[in-house]
Amino acid sequence: MAIQIVSIILSALLTENFVMVKFLGICPFLGVSKKVETAVGMGMAVTFVMALASAFTWIVNRFLLIPFDLLYLQTIVFILIIAGLVQFVEMFMKKSMPSLYSALGIYLPLITTNCAVLGVTLLNVQNYPDSFIYSLLYGIFAALGFTLAIVLMAGIRENLDEDAVPESFRGFPIALITAGLMAIAFMGFSGFSI
Amino acid sequence: MSISGIIIAVCVVGGTGLVFGILLAVASFVFAVKTDERVEKITAVLPGANCGSCGYAGCGAFAEAVAGERAPVNGCTVGKAKVAAEIADIMGVKDAGDVEEVVARVMCGGDRASALYKYEYSGILDCKAASKIAGGAKKCMSGCLGLGSCSAACPFDAISIVNGVAVVDSDKCQACGKCVGVCPKALIRLVPKKSKVWVLCSNPEQGKFVNQYCKKGCIGCKICEKACPFDAIHVVDNHAIIDYAKCKSCGLCAKKCPRGVIHNDRQPAQKQENVQEEQV
Repeated sequence: MAIQIVSIILSALLTENFVMVKFLGICPFLGVSKKVETAVGMGMAVTFVMALASAFTWIVNRFLLIPFDLLYLQTIVFILIIAGLVQFVEMFMKKSMPSLYSALGIYLPLITTNCAVLGVTLLNVQNYPDSFIYSLLYGIFAALGFTLAIVLMAGIRENLDEDAVPESFRGFPIALITAGLMAIAFMGFSGFSI
Repeated sequence: MSISGIIIAVCVVGGTGLVFGILLAVASFVFAVKTDERVEKITAVLPGANCGSCGYAGCGAFAEAVAGERAPVNGCTVGKAKVAAEIADIMGVKDAGDVEEVVARVMCGGDRASALYKYEYSGILDCKAASKIAGGAKKCMSGCLGLGSCSAACPFDAISIVNGVAVVDSDKCQACGKCVGVCPKALIRLVPKKSKVWVLCSNPEQGKFVNQYCKKGCIGCKICEKACPFDAIHVVDNHAIIDYAKCKSCGLCAKKCPRGVIHNDRQPAQKQENVQEEQV
């Protein structure tokens, strides 16, 4: 049990990092990684949505879809749940964190179609159909892995702003090169297993 | 598939949707945000350059601050008195107050003809990059590098590089202050627009060294100090600095300066008028 939990945490954070290894959730990873502050905000919003989505989708899957033999509805029901949660986060942020709300801009509602969120819920029902705890843990730590990647990226991009980057590389080209180099670094974790 | 399967599927998806819909309806009631309609009106009046010279992140942030009565109605230096009056109208304030007009001025006049160069720079056209190589191409360590980082930063196209030195067009300059931050030599300052005299040097070295590498460098001779009838110009750190609170733009210091470091921007006709006013 304990070993399984540690293994889930490590694989979700590092060895199977959603952004760097599985290539999920690239859109906000590139779009909101210009400043560390907004990157942290985005990471927290995604963590909240992914944790709740993992919990809700597991419950719906276990107690509605499996008993009624409706597994073919997984995608549409999961998207419904995720969209509802994102809408809730958006309202909450507009009320309590207006500056972060405007900094995230279009990327906040785009969490709805963030493939990392749908990805984690589908992986959960595939890998841990019987354990609520494991699903929730995997959801939370996969989101923290996403946060880790986006915050690291934002730190690097903040420093890149100060440097004299050749003109043809400025903006997105250098961001994509940076992302590629980070993916190489994360490949270093791929051999580990518990 | 039987008809009951379809009904169950519809009920499950519909039920889930209904539950979330009700939850969101409750949430929208709990987290309702009151929007101040004045914010949008003020934003519409503002220039929209998002320059940040008011001290806020952009025109939107400034409008919010004004509506929340955290910022003064005349805080926009770009929009000047006209915008201040319109904002005062929206906010229901009677007197907008004066907006002191400022303008950016480059404190260096060492062009290619007067300043000596250490080497010929052929790297990327960015002052920050050039200043990392032995402090720039000019022998003067505080001279304008002339690569145009300030003119690239200017949203109003007011700065041009003339013969190796940045020159601000006072008519186009809106005093947003973006150029002030990008100059690695900190040569650009915001000064009151009504004063027409400024010093084209900010070199802190002694006169005998300045003399070796720049014909237009201030040597700290203090002739201007003696010439000024208003005690408005002083030599600090080996170069003249004008105190704009006292300066009346009479231009006497510019006339007396032996090296032509002090620039007088006034038209000759205006000059006579103003001098007469001051004498009265």
